[in-house]
Amino acid sequence: MTKKKGEIVAGILAPHPPHLVYAENPPQNEPKAECGWEELRWGYERLRRDLESIDFDVMLIISPHWQTYIGTHFIGVPHFESKSVDPVFPNLFRFDYTIDYDVALARAIHDEARSDGLVVKMMENPDFRVDYGTIVSAHMTRPQWDKPLVGISSQRSRHYYSVEVMQEQAITLGRATRRAIEASGKRCVLLASNSLSHRHFTTESDVPEDMSREHIYNHHQYLWDMQVIDLIRSGRSTELMDIMPEFVEQSVSEAEAGSLGWLISALDYPSFGADVYAYGTVIGTGNVVAAWFPGRAGEAVGAKTTPAGAGA
Amino acid sequence: MSAQTETELETGVIKGLIVPGLPQPLLAPDQNEGWGRIRAAFEAARAELLAAKPDLILVYSTMWPSVIGHQIQADPRPKWVHVDELFHDLGSIPYEFDVDEEFAHTYCAAARARGLHARTIAYHGFPIDTGSVVALKLLTPGNEVPAAITSSNVYADRAETIVLGKAAADAVTKLGRRAVAVVVTSLSNRLFTDWIDPKDDRIHSPKDEEWNQKMLEFLADGRLEDVSQLSREIHRQVRVKKVVNFKPMWWLAAVMGQHNQYDGKVHDYAPIYGAGAAVVSLTPSLAGVGDKEYDEEDVEVYGGDRNVLVTDNDDGIPAVAPRATPAPAPAPSQAARRPAPSAKGTIETDAAPVPVGAYPHARKVGDLLFLSGVGPRRPGTGEVPGGPVRGEDGEPRDYDVEAQTRSTIANVKAILEASGASIDDVLDVTVFLIDMDRDFPTFNRIYAEELGHTGATRTTLAVTALPTPIAVELKVLAKAPGATI
Repeated sequence: MTKKKGEIVAGILAPHPPHLVYAENPPQNEPKAECGWEELRWGYERLRRDLESIDFDVMLIISPHWQTYIGTHFIGVPHFESKSVDPVFPNLFRFDYTIDYDVALARAIHDEARSDGLVVKMMENPDFRVDYGTIVSAHMTRPQWDKPLVGISSQRSRHYYSVEVMQEQAITLGRATRRAIEASGKRCVLLASNSLSHRHFTTESDVPEDMSREHIYNHHQYLWDMQVIDLIRSGRSTELMDIMPEFVEQSVSEAEAGSLGWLISALDYPSFGADVYAYGTVIGTGNVVAAWFPGRAGEAVGAKTTPAGAGA
Repeated sequence: MSAQTETELETGVIKGLIVPGLPQPLLAPDQNEGWGRIRAAFEAARAELLAAKPDLILVYSTMWPSVIGHQIQADPRPKWVHVDELFHDLGSIPYEFDVDEEFAHTYCAAARARGLHARTIAYHGFPIDTGSVVALKLLTPGNEVPAAITSSNVYADRAETIVLGKAAADAVTKLGRRAVAVVVTSLSNRLFTDWIDPKDDRIHSPKDEEWNQKMLEFLADGRLEDVSQLSREIHRQVRVKKVVNFKPMWWLAAVMGQHNQYDGKVHDYAPIYGAGAAVVSLTPSLAGVGDKEYDEEDVEVYGGDRNVLVTDNDDGIPAVAPRATPAPAPAPSQAARRPAPSAKGTIETDAAPVPVGAYPHARKVGDLLFLSGVGPRRPGTGEVPGGPVRGEDGEPRDYDVEAQTRSTIANVKAILEASGASIDDVLDVTVFLIDMDRDFPTFNRIYAEELGHTGATRTTLAVTALPTPIAVELKVLAKAPGATI
């Protein structure tokens, strides 16, 4: 008797600016837009179409907007219903959400990470409010909201030590995540919810969706974004991880959240390229929608079958 | 700058408080002796606050980051159940606050008038930060005093933060509020990176402890302005680099008047998960240490990198692109350009261009009439005759200094006439030119035509820039109507 190992069927790098949900006008969101940020929204749309052809059980998300300074935290409550209001753009994002969480898988990753020496904690307060970054990325990726999530915080030790230290912890978390997924038998989509370069404009136009006002903050950031995207497209994951600390420092990248490092590590440094669906700017930040599909490149990460219990 | 005592101040900012924002004193005071002492210190500060009989608690929270300028809470009754994103295991915090909505809008207008990007927010479910929630729950648990809450912009540095504090003071003055200013901040803010037994809590490092003691020593002496001017060094030494700089003392000093004349009281100080938590009160006093270290440039109007996406402002004056020189002030709102309600002898007129700050066109004191600096902008439209000295892109433009000079003198005449005086009453003129070599000969010729007959004394200075894109400004002292001199 064999038990099929769990696997990562897709790894997504995608941003979470509330502008995208605002421009989509879903019924859950109060503010209404005319249009805006189409490149990124259409990119998300193409990603959604590709995900439709893939069977998966759960989506795991690291969002930079659940920041924890003592360890990595995991959502340990199975169901939430509440309202999310973006603290920076409350004019754009006031979203009524209903989310189911896969607490069993979250706890399995928590335990694996702890066994690897990471500081971890389960978040079990039922009054907790899910961060808007998680909601934006989850909604844009799967607006049906029919798959449970695993919510993972962004561990911010970088503020105490260095980007390199932060990345080492993200890599360890990625390995722990992969092991827990394999043991779970579940088919998982991983989502690193972060932009690339992340210097914002500090003013905004009167009409938020006025696209004549939208562009990259500066050329320097654009060059960094293109270099990173080139590595993503060509499957040069090791090089990507090598330059990540410098990228974070030079472009104020939101990859500092550890989410992209976690994703690359969990995917075991893919040597195949990601599909890049879109690149676009939001209030000056650089954003890409991209996904690695291990199944397309051959064997999915962790897809081998093993005797029951071998990986559990 | 001089200070008034708390009892002398019927309105204004009558007291300042520095409080920590971590949730332990509210949710877990019994788990650690120091956390309990900070809870008691909050209660002592609350008693001191209520005894001062304020009608506004004005909060600046370092735990509420903003990106697009500053945000000011304007929901009159925000209500939610808050959970801290890090210390969620300590429990939930239900809250319902009483927010001074009128003050929020006035504060926002004052910030904009000083060149800042600011907006009010009033949305059900807006996530008020842990620091603000903790401070208000412990200082006004029964909503005894209405509150105002301001964000801390992650990109803001000293100039912007000081101007924000001055804008708060403008609003307090305009509305005649009696306010207590509260900054929510740790001193050193380095938390432990692993879970600790609460009883083992301590300041993260001896260095953090040393700097906390330095800050507390200064604050106990009432040297708020000195701590403000040490902020960059404090940031380098004991602040985790989450944001651009250590800002709360800049804001507090600016809102309270930028001096060192306070009675400082450290209610208590203790570690919270490694960070330095102190409850300190600062009460204006004539017994303070006085002026000691005024070594940093003061700033009244913000003109930094805040116009990447700006469109024309409300008064129709084009925004100006970033530049190396000080940027012009945007046209102020009607509310913010009014002088303080207590000011006497002030003169304002629609026949002259609107002031670009909270000052009148002129003020009569005894036999003398003092005019604020006057430039060439046309009344009503703000248009600059002869063209602005810079375009919307910030690049220099050719301009006609003769047209600007004649328009400036016309504005001076209009203010004098509105004051019951005339050009013949001018006693002394100070002239500001942005390009002496280019403009002085033309200016001098027109001055002789228009003012030469007055016999007024005159001083002419070259300056780097003026607050609007103009080339000439006059500061005039004249004889008041009915003067005996």
